[in-house]
Amino acid sequence: MTALSIHKLEKSFGGLRVTRGVDLVVAPGERRLVIGPNGAGKTTLFNLVTGELRPDAGSVSLFDRELTRLPSRRRAHLGLSRTYQIITLFPKDTLLRNVTLSLLGLSRLRWNPLLRLDRQHSLAAQAEAALSRVGLGHLAHRPLAETSYGERRRVEIAMALAQNPRVLLLDEPFAGLSVDERRDVKTLLFAIPRDVTIVMIEHDMDIALDFAERITVMHFGEVVVEGTRAEVVADPRTKEIYLGE
Amino acid sequence: MSIWGVLAINSITFGGLLFLLSAGFSLIFGLMRIPNLTHGSLFMLGGYVGASMVLAYDLPFWLAALIAAVAMAVFGGLIERFLLRRLSGSLLAQVLVTLGIAFIVADFCLMVWSGDPISVRTPSALVGGTRIAGLFFPTYRIAIIVIAVVVAAILWALLDRTRLGAMIRAGVDDPQMARVVGIRVSRLFTIVFCLGAALAGFGGFMGAPILTVYPGLDFDMLPLALVVVILGGVGSLLGSLVGSIAIGFIYNFGLVVVPELAYFVLFLPMVVVLVVRPQGLFGKQAP
Amino acid sequence: MTATRIGLLVASVVMVTVPLWVPGDYYISVCSQILIYAIFALSVDVLLGYAGLVSLGHAGLFGLASYTVAVCLGAGLGHVTAIVTAIGLTLAGTAVFAALSLRTTGIGFIMITLALGQIAWGLAYRWVSITNGDNGLSVAHRPAPFGIPLDAPSHFYYATAVVFVLAVIATWIFVHSPFGASLKGTRDQPRRMTALGYHVWLIRFYACLFSGFLAAVAGILFVYYTEFVSPPTVSLTSSAEPVLMVISGGSGTLFGPIVGAILIEIVKNVASAYITRWNMMLGAIFVAIVMFMPDGLVPGTIRLVRRLLKFRRKESPAAAIEPTSSGPVP
Repeated sequence: MTALSIHKLEKSFGGLRVTRGVDLVVAPGERRLVIGPNGAGKTTLFNLVTGELRPDAGSVSLFDRELTRLPSRRRAHLGLSRTYQIITLFPKDTLLRNVTLSLLGLSRLRWNPLLRLDRQHSLAAQAEAALSRVGLGHLAHRPLAETSYGERRRVEIAMALAQNPRVLLLDEPFAGLSVDERRDVKTLLFAIPRDVTIVMIEHDMDIALDFAERITVMHFGEVVVEGTRAEVVADPRTKEIYLGE
Repeated sequence: MSIWGVLAINSITFGGLLFLLSAGFSLIFGLMRIPNLTHGSLFMLGGYVGASMVLAYDLPFWLAALIAAVAMAVFGGLIERFLLRRLSGSLLAQVLVTLGIAFIVADFCLMVWSGDPISVRTPSALVGGTRIAGLFFPTYRIAIIVIAVVVAAILWALLDRTRLGAMIRAGVDDPQMARVVGIRVSRLFTIVFCLGAALAGFGGFMGAPILTVYPGLDFDMLPLALVVVILGGVGSLLGSLVGSIAIGFIYNFGLVVVPELAYFVLFLPMVVVLVVRPQGLFGKQAP
Repeated sequence: MTATRIGLLVASVVMVTVPLWVPGDYYISVCSQILIYAIFALSVDVLLGYAGLVSLGHAGLFGLASYTVAVCLGAGLGHVTAIVTAIGLTLAGTAVFAALSLRTTGIGFIMITLALGQIAWGLAYRWVSITNGDNGLSVAHRPAPFGIPLDAPSHFYYATAVVFVLAVIATWIFVHSPFGASLKGTRDQPRRMTALGYHVWLIRFYACLFSGFLAAVAGILFVYYTEFVSPPTVSLTSSAEPVLMVISGGSGTLFGPIVGAILIEIVKNVASAYITRWNMMLGAIFVAIVMFMPDGLVPGTIRLVRRLLKFRRKESPAAAIEPTSSGPVP
């Protein structure tokens, strides 16, 4: 059984073919890195997996459960979570409220128009725990607008982890972070247990290579090289794609 | 001539007037993303201004039509330049401002021209009927149809053949890109708004001999422009023309066949479009 | 006692004692009118402020309720039947309204709700066999709940005030509930909410139903208040007024729409004594507020008060030893 299975995925925008017959298989518990130059179609791939984009052809499966027909909102319930390249959190709310929204997404409680959300103590406790997990427990009641960029990146991760995903898609989690912040996030990621499969898009090679077990290299919408870290690093095609890197 | 024939001519005529109204609305919406809720008011105000020129100052019909168009263009320009442009960040604010102005204009017209419908006489050259292919048609209505077609042709030539038109089309397709390429988008907005306003005002006066000008004309016509744009597609000239004629037919026939539900029947095509192809209308430009 | 609690207490006292200090039946009636429009404004705010959806067709729902009551009473049905039917029919209408309007969001939603509101107006105006067209429908007499007749302005006012308080409480519960948080989430980040597992369309749909319910309540009170309903009740102006109330008071808050309703109704009633051109004033206020005070009065005032309080805090010696909120002191 694979954690995530992508088979011959195709997507075009008008005349532009952004995803060309992508095949990807990720084993449970694996740490997979997806790299490639800008415009390689990495984030598009994520969008196709989460359902925010509909593929023209091909299929996506999560633990052998076919996702392709499922609307995006159902996929979270099946254990798929993601973070975003551009931070899209709820700026007017506190960190606690942000993470609470993430927890609510999978709970029947989200339909309840009668209870008082502030009085749901177990939910609040879970949210605080999720924040503590990323080292932000002490800022639970800080409005998001008053936090730093590095803190917000961690909130992104907290939001995704709070849903106890089976597969976690991380879209450039280290983008724009300082050296210290990178180190914190790296520690965070390494601490995630193996019952969560991680697929990460990243440009920061040092950290990413450290983290990855298998690497998929994409270019112009297709998979060019794939293999273990050692294999990919040694492959001449990788160097070709990253001329000068 | 049978009643259906008369109805058909009236429908096409009404469609012609509606085209003059909606072409501008469609362009403004396509380029500026603003559903200009003042558009019906511009139609009505143009009618009132032109009518005053004829009735109070005894000006010739066509001069009055020109004055109506120019007056509305100026008014539209002022609205765009001093109110809409200042709110360029927020579409909602712009829409609400156009609504507010619509209310101001409505009451202003009531104040100046009072509540009685004002009628303008058909220009003497176009009085009576014309014989075409053995059938008798009211000349003025034919004239409106011809004028609408001519205006459509001119607009098409403008959009398709001139640099200004190319800039407008670019702006409709992709405003960000248009700016990057160096198109003075804010000046383009003003030009298009003035153009749309002029067309609306002109249409309002052209319609005066048939519809008369009365309080409430603004909000009678505005939803029709909305429906035309929804049916015909945003920023599409051909769509506005076809949509206007279609609505002209539906409205006029509806009023005769099912008078109590006429308005309902009118909006039915819009409902159908919404159910069947919602992305089609607003899909190209993200709402 | 926080400032909010004090404010609430004062407001409650003022509201309860209106018939005592308001000079004359006419003004007591105006107070009823204010409360009715406050409920209507709340219904619009549920969508505008909390769902991020601007409706320019809400008078269609409001009017549907009013007309239903009038038609039922005219057909000889009792008040309870009329009211229940009005609510039911308006909810059904809201479901259709929502199903159509929610095909798009943003500007599209505004345009479709405007068109739908116009359809409602067109029906009210032309479906003469049911609505009596321009002549409108009259309501013979008000109900007498628990045997208390509501014909006197002060009695009607109290009944309205009770309904108003219930409506505010219901909205307050709604807004502070998990569903309310979900709704606000869809307003701020709909894409993300979908990825988090929320059914954004359905959330908005339910919000529309609640909004329609409040509009129905307001419409029912309205027709009993005026004892008459006619097409202008369903006009675009009637849809624009609550939007103006919400925007002037402050959207996305509970008190904003209420303050806005009070403000606009007072201006309307005072203005109509001196100026016959109410629409022009409405338009001018609309333009002025949108251009210069987009946030609305309530948030603006809160900001002002907070700034004043902070200023006073700094002055007192206690402030000097107050710990700052940015984490543990080194």
